[in-house]
Amino acid sequence: MAELNKLTIAEARDGLRKGDVTSVELTEACLAEIDAAGVLNAFVHKTPEIALEQAKAADARLKGGEEAPAMCGIPLGIKDLFCTKGVASQAASAILDGFKPEYESTITQNLWDAGAVMLGKLNMDEFAMGSSNETSTYGDVVNPWRRGNETTPLTPGGSSGGSASAVAADLCLAATGTDTGGSIRQPAAFTGITGIKPTYGRCSRWGVVAFASSLDQAGPMTKSVRDAAIMLEAMCSHDVKDSTSVDLPVPNFEAMLTGDIKGKVIGIPKEYHMEGIPAEIEALWAEGTAMLKDAGAEIRDISLPHTKYALPAYYVIAPAEASSNLARYDGVRYGHRAKLGKGDGITEMYEKTRAEGFGDEVQRRVMIGTYVLSAGFYDAYYNRARRVRSLIKRDFETVFADGIDAILTPATPSSAFGLGEMADEDPVKMYLNDVFTVTVNLAGLPGISVPAGLDAQGLPRGLQLIGRPWEEGDLLNFAHVLEDRAGFVAKPGKWW
Amino acid sequence: MLDHIAYEAPAPKVIAGAKEDWELVIGMEVHAQVSSNAKLFSGASTQFGAEPNSNVAFVDAAMPGMLPVINEYCVEQAVRTGLGLKAEINLVSAFDRKNYFYPDLPQGYQISQLYHPIVGEGEVIVDMSPGVARLVRVERIHLEQDAGKSIHDMDPNMSFVDLNRTGVALMEIVSRPDIRGPEEAAAYLTKLRQILRYLGTCDGNMQEGSMRADVNISICRPGQYEKYMETQDFSHLGTRCEIKNMNSMRFIQQAIDVEARRQIAIVEDGGTVTQETRLYDPDKNETRSMRSKEEAHDYRYFPCPDLLPLEIEQGWVDDIAAGLPELPDAKKARFMGDFNLSEYDASVLTADTASASYFEAVAEGRDGKLAANWVINELFGRLKKEDHDITESPVSPAQLGGIIALISSDAISGKIAKELFEIVYTEGGDPAEIVEARGMKQVTDTGAIEAAVDQIIADNPAQVEKARENPKLAGWFVGQVMKATGGKANPKAVNELVAKKLAQ
Repeated sequence: MAELNKLTIAEARDGLRKGDVTSVELTEACLAEIDAAGVLNAFVHKTPEIALEQAKAADARLKGGEEAPAMCGIPLGIKDLFCTKGVASQAASAILDGFKPEYESTITQNLWDAGAVMLGKLNMDEFAMGSSNETSTYGDVVNPWRRGNETTPLTPGGSSGGSASAVAADLCLAATGTDTGGSIRQPAAFTGITGIKPTYGRCSRWGVVAFASSLDQAGPMTKSVRDAAIMLEAMCSHDVKDSTSVDLPVPNFEAMLTGDIKGKVIGIPKEYHMEGIPAEIEALWAEGTAMLKDAGAEIRDISLPHTKYALPAYYVIAPAEASSNLARYDGVRYGHRAKLGKGDGITEMYEKTRAEGFGDEVQRRVMIGTYVLSAGFYDAYYNRARRVRSLIKRDFETVFADGIDAILTPATPSSAFGLGEMADEDPVKMYLNDVFTVTVNLAGLPGISVPAGLDAQGLPRGLQLIGRPWEEGDLLNFAHVLEDRAGFVAKPGKWW
Repeated sequence: MLDHIAYEAPAPKVIAGAKEDWELVIGMEVHAQVSSNAKLFSGASTQFGAEPNSNVAFVDAAMPGMLPVINEYCVEQAVRTGLGLKAEINLVSAFDRKNYFYPDLPQGYQISQLYHPIVGEGEVIVDMSPGVARLVRVERIHLEQDAGKSIHDMDPNMSFVDLNRTGVALMEIVSRPDIRGPEEAAAYLTKLRQILRYLGTCDGNMQEGSMRADVNISICRPGQYEKYMETQDFSHLGTRCEIKNMNSMRFIQQAIDVEARRQIAIVEDGGTVTQETRLYDPDKNETRSMRSKEEAHDYRYFPCPDLLPLEIEQGWVDDIAAGLPELPDAKKARFMGDFNLSEYDASVLTADTASASYFEAVAEGRDGKLAANWVINELFGRLKKEDHDITESPVSPAQLGGIIALISSDAISGKIAKELFEIVYTEGGDPAEIVEARGMKQVTDTGAIEAAVDQIIADNPAQVEKARENPKLAGWFVGQVMKATGGKANPKAVNELVAKKLAQ
């Protein structure tokens, strides 16, 4: 097998089971690609020793009598937001300098239990706050895709930018991501890969550094919908250590990829036809709609009337929770602690440590969150945002009750933009990247981004499908049909 | 059976200022540590006195990505406590985050229950003296995490933090401002502690910090409090100050008194009391401002997104209610009714469950009043002398019961009984056998007593003359007879015979 790093999980699994390839070979191929792709700045901590050790164990397991799990022997990249025992886990923040947890997140543990292999930790926006992977303490991640023949470095999106870039550049077979407002789906769309955020509660949050607890969900970022189905199944579990984890059986998602969506009803929400969205995006959306219709689905126009309030509500709730979740980074027990001057007390220690340790975007959100929760503003902001959230959730419940099986929308309002292009813009402009994705987090629903074509400059574009709660299997099947019809096979030309 | 004793309210404490009289209005927030082996949201041990930072789970240290999981046992203890205070139990409650920075608060927030506490309104009957008690309303009880301990005096340049206590479950029991003086405040805390100990939900150990109180104090002119009670409108009361973190009954009383006097002086000087948090300094016997209302933390409470609302079932609450022990008020009333005890004696005997069960074992099938006297006066007195607890009593209820049985059957006199008690206390043994073996049995043989009486009368003719004129002097003869019989003569028989013989 040539270019093992380019395999999908499904291909590698079949090859491993047949004995055509070993996990060690796969792992070595990926490690070599990672070493050669430093310019992408996707991997920030490489773990070759762990990887090879796990690969050897996987090979032994594959040779054993019983059929090994689908993820056995598959080399993965892990977003830096996941705590991995004994391996630097810094959420791409200087405030967690040198932090190596004594514990393993439930999700990565599930993956290791299934025999997967860890290649290293992946870059991301600091504390998952950002849509361009430009807020990381490790520096920007570069998208392997370029505009036509230009060399302008483009953003892979964020916050799971390292994951997206690594999967798109075939540095690993797949990667973990997390999604609080679109952090899996937007970078997936920017890099031509598949990314699913499952229903809130499907994936345990235990051991994943918290950004906004009521919105955070982990999910796989893969080269195909089938891979997303395989990897998601391995990640999901009921976890008693996470009180918001749901006790539901995890279905065989891959088995649900029947390709049959005849008679299913796809909703097209009119509120997602937003002002300022490029015609290209509208056109892509229409193409996607036609593809699903051709596959036998019924297309129905629907209304999600509170959509326009979603982004403001999100940018109240997420920073509010973040301001509290990030209070623990105080320099007292772990991570960075500022050098103190003469006469400095505890207040100075907090102020200096947090000023040095947190980047601008994190500080901005901590301040916004602190403000919206403070006495006198709580009702006007936080409580109102919570009410809006309930209304958004009800919008979705209403259309699902009316018989809608899934909702098709664009994944992002644009294709990947240049790194630094937004630097002088109002931060709100960056927040607009999440306009199609935040509703899904606010409502706790599953959402998937599927690559559906290239734009005029040759950059990938994604469509988003939103599913009913806990029906990831059906959602993946819709995505599978869309993927199949779109026939997206483009890869970035290797320039790195 | 009595389960409620009629009582009247005590008079409020009145402090005479330089110009006029003032009354006190006090409300308390008691933090009671839940008796639980594990913390509220982690499996770490709650053992007191462990090596610093040895009882700390990852979540207690607020390591990144760690999540709280509610300890069901602690929830059950809060429900038990609520039921014990006759309070309403909220089947749905929720946890909120109270945000502030301090090194002994690793998360940067305390998980508490501001908006939806697990227990609603209840009450505590605070006994002041027989027939006098104050009904103090409980506003709510909520569950929350304790903070750790900051140590500032171990090093000139550094502070140290011990996280062993971090995350330990506390019940915050919030009273209405129904307490009207320093003694009532102490009595309230005592009664609350007694109830919690009966329930087994908190060990009430104030030295170890298992029970601490924040005390809210304001002053008002006589008559104003009644207006508040009628309307529940706080504007009838003065501005309150909160004295934080008190863990001594004595200091609580001193602090209330000195704080009330401080407020009175301010108001009588034409000033106004500012609402603030204060600390009591027992060395100087004064309260000092800790932070003013302006400096007060903005805690930015909001629902904790890591925890789902806490939902419990009525059936579970009913099961807990069915398993509640008999509580102090009911036990006291029953002792008064069943054993014919005074309220005072019943109070003493029901102060804790160990004393109450001891007494019941002694009194079972015997004279309750006599048993109460012996337990309270002889046993408690003797134990106190050696600083022993009832649970360390060398005399078992069966032994003490045996002594009482010997008294009741006239086998020994009260005086001998005391000697016998001392023997049993120091040497042990079966009281009846000791009496038999050492010839301590009371002489009830009237022939022998009569002979002794006759002998004394014959030997003391002058005394006989005097006694015939003044019958009160008969006691002297009784004493002589008792002495002659080594204290074993039945005093009743001696009295009767002496009276009879002298009258002849």
